[in-house]
Amino acid sequence: MKTTRTPALRVRDGLSVRLDPRALAVVALLVAAALAASILLIGTGDFSIPAGDVLRTLAGYGDPRQEFIVTELRLPRVLVGLLVGASLGLGGALFQSISRNPLGSPDVLGLGQGSTAGALVVIVLFSGSATEVALGALAGGLATGLAIYLLAWKQGVHGYRLVLVGIGVSAVVTAANGYLLTKADIVDAARAVVWMTGSLGGRDWDQVWPLLVLCAALLPLVLGNARGLRMTEMGDDVSYALGVRVERVRLLLMVSAVMLTAGATAAAGPVGFVALTAPQLARRLTRAPGPNLVPSMVMGATLLIVADWASQRAFGADQLPVGVVTGVLGGLYLLWLLVTERRAGRI
Amino acid sequence: MPPTHRAIRAVGLLASVVVLVLVALASIAIGAKGLSSAQVWHGLFHDSGTYADVVVDDRLSRTVLGLLVGAALGLSGAVLQALTRNPLADPGLLGINAGASAAVVTAITFLGVTSLSGYVWFAFLGAATVGALVWFLGGSRGATPVRLALAGTAISAALYGYLQAVMITDDAALGTMRFWTVGSLGSATDATITQVVPFLVAGTVLALALARPLNALAMGDDTARALGANLHRTRALSMAAATVLCGAATAACGPIVFVGLMVPHTVRSFTGPDLRWILPYATVLSPVLLLGADVIGRVVARPAELQVGIVTAVIGGPVFILLVRRRRTAQL
Repeated sequence: MKTTRTPALRVRDGLSVRLDPRALAVVALLVAAALAASILLIGTGDFSIPAGDVLRTLAGYGDPRQEFIVTELRLPRVLVGLLVGASLGLGGALFQSISRNPLGSPDVLGLGQGSTAGALVVIVLFSGSATEVALGALAGGLATGLAIYLLAWKQGVHGYRLVLVGIGVSAVVTAANGYLLTKADIVDAARAVVWMTGSLGGRDWDQVWPLLVLCAALLPLVLGNARGLRMTEMGDDVSYALGVRVERVRLLLMVSAVMLTAGATAAAGPVGFVALTAPQLARRLTRAPGPNLVPSMVMGATLLIVADWASQRAFGADQLPVGVVTGVLGGLYLLWLLVTERRAGRI
Repeated sequence: MPPTHRAIRAVGLLASVVVLVLVALASIAIGAKGLSSAQVWHGLFHDSGTYADVVVDDRLSRTVLGLLVGAALGLSGAVLQALTRNPLADPGLLGINAGASAAVVTAITFLGVTSLSGYVWFAFLGAATVGALVWFLGGSRGATPVRLALAGTAISAALYGYLQAVMITDDAALGTMRFWTVGSLGSATDATITQVVPFLVAGTVLALALARPLNALAMGDDTARALGANLHRTRALSMAAATVLCGAATAACGPIVFVGLMVPHTVRSFTGPDLRWILPYATVLSPVLLLGADVIGRVVARPAELQVGIVTAVIGGPVFILLVRRRRTAQL
């Protein structure tokens, strides 16, 4: 029998890591695309800066005026975009893998709705500041994640039950949000709707640091358990037999995914469809089985930054929140998927 | 089926009708102004123009609307679940709500339509357009359950993006839409009701007539074909019936979610898979839920009221989760 040798990185003590050249190339290309779009996005706005000047300013050699605009106004916004996109992409990949369902994204499970409920309570009932809104959203998202997990628990969390319970919870929370919106005065309602769409407008360093700390803390934890997660995709019994503590891995990763999603939503609002589409796109590019965690994460960051740049270019600075663009792009992507997969006879 | 089972189901259906009548009477009697049964009786059969009679009149048209819309939502859900062979299908899944919402917001913002009776037709047009689009993108002649669901999700996503973009830029649209999207029985006027009733009645008749062909469809495409069923015609007619029913209901009341998902789901657990029982039961029990939720919404927030869409989701969500938990996972 002829076997193809998988490229791998080996250390003397017997530790070896598989390398997938295609996945590595995809990740490298996506990172390059995200960085290029970031440079362009920093240069875009009422006061446009050529890409060369942006690079020079970032390196510390810009003139003071450009330096203020770049480092104080636009760099933090781009960083928030990258971090939010990465968190959503990673969270989406985790949820889709845990629920074993391409529709099992945080949007469908109601985590976004939960965060929205938290934010709406702060906006409508207390007219809170931006920081308080973010905290409310964080609390709402975490509480909803906990509720879904506990309600779906019945001698372990089964993927399909998780999705169904999520849909039920989502319906109740959506109704509560609708009620809060009808009770708000029009100014609060307008503010709430902008928040609910998901926007990067006006984000500064205060949003960057907490999100960066969150990602830095959770990323090693998630990647450390990626192997176990990949095993669980083969079914619970097989993974038990292979020595994976299934419920522990699942709980750990679900908590991480909820925290990533809730953190991202607190920073930028519930930006739709990134968590749903990024893992699907990444999977199609790498053609690798398994959860594709790192490619999904990079894809999420790239998608969000490109969507924000497209919205700024097409409609002018801060006219259209990025969430609108990701929603429309997500829908068109699904349609494209539908047409091509139909042609290939897969569904 | 043994004759005793049939008798039990028939009695159950009769009992459901009695419950429905009681709920309908409660819907007339209970509200911001409570009425005695004598006043209700007088108002129903005489129109002497007293205050109580006017109240009865007003609540009567609201109750009739609730009856028809409830039946429409339940029936369209049951038909779609049979059509897609998916117990989770509901009109929202096929993008019909999104189509109606997008059309209403377009009417308000770009065409300057302000009255409810004006945008009924837009809601209906939007629902019908998206229904047809989903049907064709889903592959019309070779439509399979998964394709239809995916096409519906995709179109909904794009339309909600558009909806949010408009709501952000236009305060007037936001002011109307935030009330419209929760779904309410109270906002429809008599003029609106007369506009949508013919569609609701026609859709109900069509859907009830589809029970037998849909039963054949449930056995799988090959068996159904072998039994002599016309798959394409049944699918097209079911899609049309569901779209007309849900479109008209949404046009009159806004998108009311969950009734169409929950009631057929619950009914199936005691009637079994035979659509000749599921459809009549859904027709009777869905208005019980909708009118019941409407009455509760009027009582808890008296003298104001809680929109029926909110109450149905708050009642329906936990019931749905219970149902999901009760089943063995292998069945889902």
